[in-house]
Amino acid sequence: MAITRAQVEHVARLAHLALTDEELDRFGDQLGAILDAVGKVSELDLTDVEPTSHPLDLANVWREDEPQPSLPREEALANAPETERGFFKVPPALGPEPDL
Amino acid sequence: MIDTLRLTAEDAMGLLERGEVSPRELWDAYRAAIEERDRELHCYLSLADGPNGEGVPIALKDVIGTKGVETTAGSKILKGYVPVYDSTVAARVKEAGLPLLGKTNTDEFAMGSSTENSAFGPSHNPWDPTRVPGGSGGGSAAAVAAGLAPWALGSDTGGSIKQPAALCGIVGLRPTYGTVSRYGIVAFASSLDQVGPTTKTVRDCALLYRVIAGRDPMDSTTAETPPVELPAAEDLKGVRVGVPRELNEAEGIEPGVRQAVERTIELCRALGAEVGETSLPRSVDYGLACYYLIAPAEASSNLARYDGVRYGLRVTNGGYHGMVERTRDEGFGDEPKRRIMLGAYALSAGYYEAFYGQAQKVRTVIADEHRAAFERFDVLISPTSPTVAFPLGAKAQDPLAMYLSDLLTIPSCMAGLPGLNIPCGLSEGLPVGLQLVGPQFAENTLFRVGHALERALEFDYVPERLR
Amino acid sequence: MSWEAVIGLEIHVHLKTRTKMFCGCELEYGAPENTRTCPVCLAHPGALPVPNEQAIEWTVRLGLALGCEIAETALFHRKNYFYPDLPKGYQISQYDAPLCINGRFAVPGADGDREIGITRAHLEEDAAKTVHVGGVGGRIGGADYSLVDFNRGGTPLVEIVTEPDLRSAEEAKRFLQLLRQTIVELGISDAEMEKGTLRADANVSVREAGETGYRTRCEIKNMNSFNFIARGIEAEIERQIGVWQSGGEVVQQTYDYDASSNTLTARRTKEEAEDYRYFPEPDLVPVQPPPGLVERLRREIPEPPGARVRRLESGLDFETATGLVTSGRDRLYQAVVAADADRRATANVVMNQLAGAGVDPDAVDPDELAKLIVGRETIPRGTFAEAIAASGDPGFSAEKYLAEAAVSDVSELDPVIDRILADNEAQVAAYRGGKEGLLGFFVGAVMRETHGKANPKVVNERLRAKLSA
Repeated sequence: MAITRAQVEHVARLAHLALTDEELDRFGDQLGAILDAVGKVSELDLTDVEPTSHPLDLANVWREDEPQPSLPREEALANAPETERGFFKVPPALGPEPDL
Repeated sequence: MIDTLRLTAEDAMGLLERGEVSPRELWDAYRAAIEERDRELHCYLSLADGPNGEGVPIALKDVIGTKGVETTAGSKILKGYVPVYDSTVAARVKEAGLPLLGKTNTDEFAMGSSTENSAFGPSHNPWDPTRVPGGSGGGSAAAVAAGLAPWALGSDTGGSIKQPAALCGIVGLRPTYGTVSRYGIVAFASSLDQVGPTTKTVRDCALLYRVIAGRDPMDSTTAETPPVELPAAEDLKGVRVGVPRELNEAEGIEPGVRQAVERTIELCRALGAEVGETSLPRSVDYGLACYYLIAPAEASSNLARYDGVRYGLRVTNGGYHGMVERTRDEGFGDEPKRRIMLGAYALSAGYYEAFYGQAQKVRTVIADEHRAAFERFDVLISPTSPTVAFPLGAKAQDPLAMYLSDLLTIPSCMAGLPGLNIPCGLSEGLPVGLQLVGPQFAENTLFRVGHALERALEFDYVPERLR
Repeated sequence: MSWEAVIGLEIHVHLKTRTKMFCGCELEYGAPENTRTCPVCLAHPGALPVPNEQAIEWTVRLGLALGCEIAETALFHRKNYFYPDLPKGYQISQYDAPLCINGRFAVPGADGDREIGITRAHLEEDAAKTVHVGGVGGRIGGADYSLVDFNRGGTPLVEIVTEPDLRSAEEAKRFLQLLRQTIVELGISDAEMEKGTLRADANVSVREAGETGYRTRCEIKNMNSFNFIARGIEAEIERQIGVWQSGGEVVQQTYDYDASSNTLTARRTKEEAEDYRYFPEPDLVPVQPPPGLVERLRREIPEPPGARVRRLESGLDFETATGLVTSGRDRLYQAVVAADADRRATANVVMNQLAGAGVDPDAVDPDELAKLIVGRETIPRGTFAEAIAASGDPGFSAEKYLAEAAVSDVSELDPVIDRILADNEAQVAAYRGGKEGLLGFFVGAVMRETHGKANPKVVNERLRAKLSA
């Protein structure tokens, strides 16, 4: 199943991967071949089959509304590439905030 | 003089208990072995400074989060990342007094079947260093096989414990989904990932499983586990062994592998098992496709957190979005990129029903087929890997060829079932692995069958060239 | 041609649980940045969510109060996108299997009740807080950046979506006020728009009266008070009517409303619609609310505010009835009236004077307040005000204040009045000459002379009598 370059670009954008032209070509071919192979699943007529989201038959697993110790701020920030005055610092997020 | 190549964890426990060896001596013996052989094999990505326990030392696959100890998941994007918390399994291991030897090599984010996708170089098979040790947990398997650790923990999503165990000639258990906590394990595919033991013997495997198994309040997908029984029986009387046609006759199974497995099936009969043929009509045929839709889909979402904001690699490039895109492009290797894109595609608007949605239904079919087989049988038997260890580089350029390594391990993974690999012979001088699959929570059955076969097979797990 | 507005609301409610939705970090308003975080809400590798039982129960409770069906099996889903305040790169929310669906909420109006459909109510987690730091002019190399505080990230949110059943800005505002009252009475949130614990966006379209289909709608955001919501919706309705009337077509857009200038500003259109790639959250198992729990919660739901407004209306006007209910004072009102106090006076006291004195209606003994109101004309105004202010105190007794009955005894008041009149001959003459406004002057003088204890009505009568003699 061929996947067009535009589709690869679209998916790369969704996944926030800045691919080079070479990568776009190479991955395009490889993804096309893989999609062919996995597309096999549509051969089966499974209209009356329920999907499985969880291998185990569990439900209602939750916890009490009891506070647990949070991380001390230094630990929360320990691995951060850049911080400022107790905040995580990132380049400006331009563009509209997606709706919650 | 401690022979780390031959010493089992159970033996080591005995030595310590009887005071014949001190914890420090034991630790030093493994460190010496690592010094001697790891340069060639590259099992370890990092080594601990000193022992943090007095028990039998252990190696952990580098997707297992260890507080204060670098955890890279085999990726450049996490190089230098030091967790501020222990995964539950690391905490349980620590509580049991098992000192950490080091973190072992893995395909990047556990994606692969050879460790060739590790950003830090592949590991080598101790039986033949020109060949792969399997993956993604090749580092752990090779370390145990080469006497660089008495036992280790790995993680299995589509076969990443079982297949390396097969290729390295040791024991590996992929537990029932939900019996071992995933809290603190770098996530690949949430509904498939499980942590499990990689050991020299089945009894060692049971001992280590007992340390790590059990419900965890920090992981909502865990369940209560039945108590672990250490296997002792050396016969298979009363055990019904099923031989699924499709798993044993799949295309691509090497003749040497088939022969070793068939001999072992005969051995089952000799040990008193009731052996019969069974069928998993669509599980093998559609298993790979099902897995390579669901696992990448979940991975595409699980790997979204690697964005350069709170930890790990950051590559600046203009604003936030540009930074995220460049960081991920530079930090991820090819295989994670492929799977992320594949996964995003499978979930995207217009394609969800046909791909991800359909794959979740195939999963039900696979679970149902296995359940039906387990009405007549206690355990299913097959090869673990279609081939013995292949040369480094042989499949690295062809993703689909690499994916086929998981053909036989994947179906039972999709159904959340436990699977045990034990070595059952050699083919061309390289180990052949036997896969035993049971119903959910049937680890004790797998241990029983595996142990009896192990005793009867008398497979020498020390690689020939190292004896 | 007459136009009809079609309005739907999307509401977010911050639940006031002690901990976050998926981890045990304690929620604390105003905590120093990044001190209420953990591996889970920071999305560290390997971290996993575990749902807050209280949040689930409260969501069910809210759904029941909104007349919803509670799902037999509800699922959490992942909503995937990239933004600095979303550490996992996805939000855990609910998609096609929410906890509550198909409800209805009655909004009383001057001419009858309107039932507003509730499409759904579901549970999700809030994002963290991002602050954009602007650059200093003239600095080279991009002084702009953003700072992120993850304390708020992970707070439980309930999202409520209504059917497009609202027909005016005023109705939408009333709906929200009553909804807010319901939420507060359930004890699950403070629901304050100014604090951000209640947020509402509006979806607005218009159509000609009689038209059955729906035209293109626009979303209005950034309205953070009930009044602003009414004004923002009103502004958008006007704008859309203007577009249609001038022969144009309304284009789907999201607008931010600015209250100070009463303007709507369109947000930058994104090149492509966001594809959130929803799929069931594999780290969480389904939620199947036990029937026993649902029944117990159903029995504990307070009477819906709409019904209460209707009941109060007899004897009061609609506005006052609504005001009593939306301010949470109707129970006190009813109890006081049941103890024989006058309706109008009680409403006035409860709505205005009690509120003005800062008294908590729940702390007031209705019987005592009733006594006070019944006897209000017999005591000095000052005393009455004091009594009101103290009515929330434990052990409050009206008796003590009623004892200070205003002096109504004519034999006591007449001498005082006579003295005032005698001392102010000029004003008396002026009054008798036609300046009737001076009555106030005399009343004031008598009140001062009696230290406010004279009964003003009696003083008034006696003064008139004597001055016209």
